[in-house]
Amino acid sequence: MLYDHIVIRYGEISTKGRNRNKFIDKLRKSVKRAIQDFPKATVKSERDRMYVLLNGEDGVEVAEKLKKVFGIQSLSPAIKVEKDIEKMKDAALELFTHLYKEGKTFKITGKRSDKTFELTTNDINQEFGGHLLKNVPGLKVDVRNPDINLQIEIRAEAAYLSAENIRGAAGLPVGSGGKAMLMLSGGIDSPVAGYLSMKRGLEVEGVHFASPPFTSERAKQKVIDLTEKLADVSGKMVLHIVPFTEIQRTIQKQVPENYTMTTTRRLMLRITDRLREQHGGLAIITGESLGQVASQTLESMYAINEVTSTPIIRPLIATDKTDIMEIAAKIDTLEISNLPYEDCCTVFVPSSPKTKPKLEKVQHYESYFDFEPLIEKAVSETETIIVIPGMSQKEEEDLF
Amino acid sequence: MIYLDNSATTKPFKEVIDSFTKVASSYYGNPSSLHQMGGQAEKLLSQAHSQIAKLLGVKTNEIVFTSGGTEGNNLAIKGIAMEHRKRGKHIITTEVEHDSVRNSFKQLEELGFDVTYIPVDAEGRVNSLDVEQAIRFDTILVSVIHINNEVGTIQPIREIGRLLKDYPKIYFHVDHVQGVGKLPLNFYECGIDLCTISGHKFHGLKGTGALFIRDGIKISSLLSGGGQETERRSGTENVAGMVAMAKALRMTLDLREQKFAQLTEILGTIKSGLKQLPDVCIHSPEENSAPHILNFSIKGIKSEVFVHALEEKGIYVSTTSACSSKRNAPSKTLLAMGVPVEQAERAIRISLSYENTMQEAEILIQAVSESVKRLREVMN
Repeated sequence: MLYDHIVIRYGEISTKGRNRNKFIDKLRKSVKRAIQDFPKATVKSERDRMYVLLNGEDGVEVAEKLKKVFGIQSLSPAIKVEKDIEKMKDAALELFTHLYKEGKTFKITGKRSDKTFELTTNDINQEFGGHLLKNVPGLKVDVRNPDINLQIEIRAEAAYLSAENIRGAAGLPVGSGGKAMLMLSGGIDSPVAGYLSMKRGLEVEGVHFASPPFTSERAKQKVIDLTEKLADVSGKMVLHIVPFTEIQRTIQKQVPENYTMTTTRRLMLRITDRLREQHGGLAIITGESLGQVASQTLESMYAINEVTSTPIIRPLIATDKTDIMEIAAKIDTLEISNLPYEDCCTVFVPSSPKTKPKLEKVQHYESYFDFEPLIEKAVSETETIIVIPGMSQKEEEDLF
Repeated sequence: MIYLDNSATTKPFKEVIDSFTKVASSYYGNPSSLHQMGGQAEKLLSQAHSQIAKLLGVKTNEIVFTSGGTEGNNLAIKGIAMEHRKRGKHIITTEVEHDSVRNSFKQLEELGFDVTYIPVDAEGRVNSLDVEQAIRFDTILVSVIHINNEVGTIQPIREIGRLLKDYPKIYFHVDHVQGVGKLPLNFYECGIDLCTISGHKFHGLKGTGALFIRDGIKISSLLSGGGQETERRSGTENVAGMVAMAKALRMTLDLREQKFAQLTEILGTIKSGLKQLPDVCIHSPEENSAPHILNFSIKGIKSEVFVHALEEKGIYVSTTSACSSKRNAPSKTLLAMGVPVEQAERAIRISLSYENTMQEAEILIQAVSESVKRLREVMN
């Protein structure tokens, strides 16, 4: 392939003021991580653009990886040429003949941020358009709806030729906005909530509650697999697995059946909040969507949320299930989430949970038992694993 | 020993057998079982799915594991015919298909389907215009082999796929058994809806295969039962075999990167060596032919006699396709190409893998030349 660069355009970062360098630095790290399988490629960042120098790596494959990186508005595989009109013409023609198939139309989009360049934008369009028309027989211009839009950008250091503007994942660079804990059940919603939070720059750590033997090793593996998909975005992701059996048994004994669900959620939230404090997070993310199930009514949320004053981020609160599923399919978690294993929310589900629990009542029921020692034990026995993309594959690598 | 019958089957890679043994002995749980062992087996199976999907450039849920080429072809053809028979009962294939396709169509014909068999030219190739002309309002399926297994002719899959894009109600199945690992196809770009591959043709094990079914396409299953392979192919999964196949495909595609040029060169050497011998006629086309298959005949010497003559020298070749050679019938592909019966009865097929060497090619040419001489002395 003849491309030697990939031009990366920042999205929202470019509106940042004094923090701009911090954002760019985070993005640079994300970009480096995304293309680590291409050792020859290097990254150069500037105030309003980032460049990947391919050094012989495949531009199409690298672009494919970059498409998923948050903080990138758009990207274009490009050729860097000296700002010499003859050399630029040769390069433009070479790139063009590479892309051109008979019957296709084109236009030139010139752009000049280096105002000292001898040609104006209009001159560029005419000069290069004319050059192509002269050298490619049968070629036609279509400025409205061209098949090939050859972009020529003149910058201070050089000119860049590209023919494609690939949409990036937008958002903010992962980790540029601090850390939050994601409550990860294994269902469809929570991975999507995590993904959307990452898109807004958060670093996310997963918290999963396991109740063996009521929940199986496979349910745990399912959550690890989901985490692995999310880790694709950030390069790695921490997952905390909380042993929850004892607490759940106790709840069944201590609390009337129609309030067990409310208490369970309250305790989960308390434990998550404890883990958040330990690991330096500033918020908790859930996949809750208003009215979806008994625990997600406004009354339930009110009764559950009372245990903490930590901000709870609910990216899906006003999103319909079908829309959530669409995103889940896009980020490849839907299929895993649909696997039918019991998790600790489904095993102990009461036959008729309160959809409108009263805060005073749940406080009253919980007051008969001191859950604190159990919470402390669960937190201290929490297993923490660092999930890296492709990890599950590695174990049996020699088999494949 | 020089093995030149790789279109019949290939030698499994050692690493492939190692994987099979390891999985079969350590991870023998049933993927449908709920316990840990079932979970491990299921994980391996899904990893095999995703690896094969990735190597073929498709989505994981588009791969259904089968027992091989014959099952894949049967499942694709009968599965589509049965599922969509209410919409139309006309199906199209060519005169140069593998028996598993040909006989599936024959069976459907007996069940009341109307079949058009597209003829081929002297090189064994169909014309995509003929395919288009055969299309009727009630056509539901077109099935075309990618690389013919007997002479190596490459069919214009891309062209046919492109023209079928104008007929969204017609499904396009491709028998890719000989092509996989040699001439990869981009299923999406070629407009392919279903595509068959078989593990033992690329150094995997017999009894393993896969069928690509494009997302959203419904087929009837042939095997009813526990609903494995997303309801499309019941029966406890052959986990070890599928892991082995995933590895075989990866290794074969790696080899292709390194050795494709060499393979073409070896076949070229054999071809030009044989051409210089008197009375040899090459049946494989000059252009657009498989890089690993060469079909030829020698005047006056029956193929069976010649196969055994080479065998005495430790060289293994075949007469026609392995499936029909035992029946001693002349190659249907050659007959469809218009080759006279007596000549078709003398056809010999050489088929290479990436493991064959140039030295072997030279020994082969020498051996063919000697055998011809010797047999002539006896027969005259």
